[in-house]
Amino acid sequence: MTTTQQAPAPGATAAERSPAVRVRGLTKRYGQRTVVDGIDLEVRRGEVFALLGPNGAGKTTTVEILEGLRRRDGGEVLVLGEDPATAGRSWRDRIGVVGQATGAGDALTVRETLDHYAVYHAEAEGTDELIAAVGLTEAAGVRSARLSGGQRRRLEVALSMQGRPELLFLDEPTTGLDPVARRQFWTVLERLRAGGTTILLTTHYLDEAAHLADRVGVIDAGRLVDVAPPEEMGGELRARSTVRWREGDGFRTVVTTEPSAVLRDLLAARPLAELPDLTVTRPGLEEVYLQLVGAVPASGTATDADGGTR
Amino acid sequence: MTAAVVREPVADRLRWAVADAFAVAGRDVAHWRRQPVAVLVNALFPVLLLLMFTYLLGGGMVVPGGGGYRDFLVPGMLALAMVFGVEATMTAVVTDTARGITDRFRSLPMAPSAVVAGRCLADMASSVLGLLVLVTAALAIGWRPAGLVPSLAAIGLLLLLRLAFLWIGIYLGLLARDPSAVMAVQILVWPFAFLSNAFVAASAMPGWLAVLAEWNPVAGTVTAVRDLFGAPVGSGGGWATEHAALLAVVWPVVLTAVFAALSVRRFQALSR
Repeated sequence: MTTTQQAPAPGATAAERSPAVRVRGLTKRYGQRTVVDGIDLEVRRGEVFALLGPNGAGKTTTVEILEGLRRRDGGEVLVLGEDPATAGRSWRDRIGVVGQATGAGDALTVRETLDHYAVYHAEAEGTDELIAAVGLTEAAGVRSARLSGGQRRRLEVALSMQGRPELLFLDEPTTGLDPVARRQFWTVLERLRAGGTTILLTTHYLDEAAHLADRVGVIDAGRLVDVAPPEEMGGELRARSTVRWREGDGFRTVVTTEPSAVLRDLLAARPLAELPDLTVTRPGLEEVYLQLVGAVPASGTATDADGGTR
Repeated sequence: MTAAVVREPVADRLRWAVADAFAVAGRDVAHWRRQPVAVLVNALFPVLLLLMFTYLLGGGMVVPGGGGYRDFLVPGMLALAMVFGVEATMTAVVTDTARGITDRFRSLPMAPSAVVAGRCLADMASSVLGLLVLVTAALAIGWRPAGLVPSLAAIGLLLLLRLAFLWIGIYLGLLARDPSAVMAVQILVWPFAFLSNAFVAASAMPGWLAVLAEWNPVAGTVTAVRDLFGAPVGSGGGWATEHAALLAVVWPVVLTAVFAALSVRRFQALSR
C-alpha cells in the first residue's frame, strides 16, 4: 500500500484525537426482540478492536448500525465524529466495509472488479497497489467466481480499502475459511494495522480475536459483557485459580484469588503428608470466554470462592 | 445531513448522481459482455415464441374483423417481451441483494439513487437491444410496419411499458428474500400474458374474460401499437379497446409511479 492513514501526530486536531467510534447506550429491537441492549463502546484511533461473541449475539447488527446500513432504536453513535444515520457521501469515503456476503459468481476478474469500484471513490487507491497489498497479484486476471473463499475475502478487503479509509469494518471476515486461508487473511489485516488503519472486526473465533486485536469486546445476548486486551480478558474470572487435590475417594477443589495462601494453609495443616494429585490451575482464555458468554457456569459458583476448604 | 453534504452544490450532487448511475449500469454491461450466450438466449426467447405462434399455431388463428395473424401477433409479442423483462430486472435486483452487492453500494460514497437508477439504465438499454432483435426477426418473416414515425411512436410506447415492468421488477426484487422467488414470477407471468389481447383478440373470449383481457395493463399498449404499426387490431371491444392509446400511456405511468414509490420505501426499509 503506498498511502495509508497514519496514527494521529501529537499536533493532531481534536477531531483526529477523538475516538474512531463512540457508542453510548446503543439499542436495537426487531419487533419485540431486543438484539442490541444498551451497548457502550469506544474504539480508539489506530487500534484493532474485535467484537467477539457467539452467533446471534448482536455483533452484525451493531456493526451494521455503525456502518450506517441499519437504523438504531436508541443511544448515541459517533463514527469518525459523525452520526452514521445521517452522515453523507464524504463520510462514507472515510470508512471501509467488508460485509458477510461473499459476492460470489461475479463474471469480472479481480482487476476489473477493482477498476470498476474505483469509480465511486473521490480518490481511489491504485488497483495494482491494492492487489499487491492483499496478496492477489497471481490471481489478478482470475474471474472472482473462480476465486477460493480466502481469495474472495481478500478481494473484499481490497475493495473496502479502495477509498483509503480511516476506519475499516470487517464482519466475520474469516468464517468458513480453512486454517491456511485464515492465517493468510490475518497477515493482510496485520499489514493494514501496521499502516495505521483503525479496524473493527467481529468474529466468533477466540483465537482470531486474541491474535489480531488490541482490545476485545465480548458480546452476548446484545450486551457487552467485557472489554479488555485479550491477555486481560475476563479480569476477575481469570484471576480465580483452582486448587485441587485427592482426598480419600474423591477430589477436593478450592477456587481462590489467592492460591498461595490456600496452599500455605493446606500444607501447614498436613506438615508431613503428601497431597496426592495436587494441582493449581488458572482458567485459559477459552474457558474465560465461555464463562463470559454463559456457555458454562462460572467457576467459583459451585464451590466456595473465598478460599475456605469444605 | 453533514456539513460537507450541505455545502455541496445541487448541480454537483446531480452530476455525481448521474455519473454514479452510469457507473452502476456499466457494471451490468461489463457482465453481459462476459456472458454473451446468456444475453443471446434472453433476446432469442421472444423470437422463439414469435416463430412458434406464427407457424405452429398461427394457421388455426382467425383475427376477428380480418387481417393476417402474423401482423396481429408481432405487436403483441413486442409488448410481451417488455413484460417478460420483469424477470430479468427482478433476478438482477434479488441476486445483487443476496450477494451483498446492494449493501456494498449502500456503504460506498455514491448517490443512493444510483443503485436503482443504474438498474433502470441497464435494463432499458437491454430492452432496446431485445426489441431490435425481435423486430429484425419479425422483418425476416415478412412483417412490415406502416411507417417510420408511427413505428417510432410504437417503440416509445413499448419502452414506456418496459419502464413500468422494470419498476415492478425492482420492487419484487427488493421484496424477495432469495433468488428462488424469481421462479414464482416466471410462472405467474404466463397466465398474465395469456389473459391479454397479445395472442388472441379479447373479443374472441367469453364475456367476463374479455373484460379482464381488455383491462390488462398490457392490452392498451398492444392495441395502440397494433394501430401504429398498421396491423389488424381485432374488431369489437369495449371502452378500454376504443381508448387503447390513452390506456397505453396511463397504465404504464400509473404503474411506474406506484411501484417506484413502493421501491423507494422498500429500499429505505433495508436499513430497518
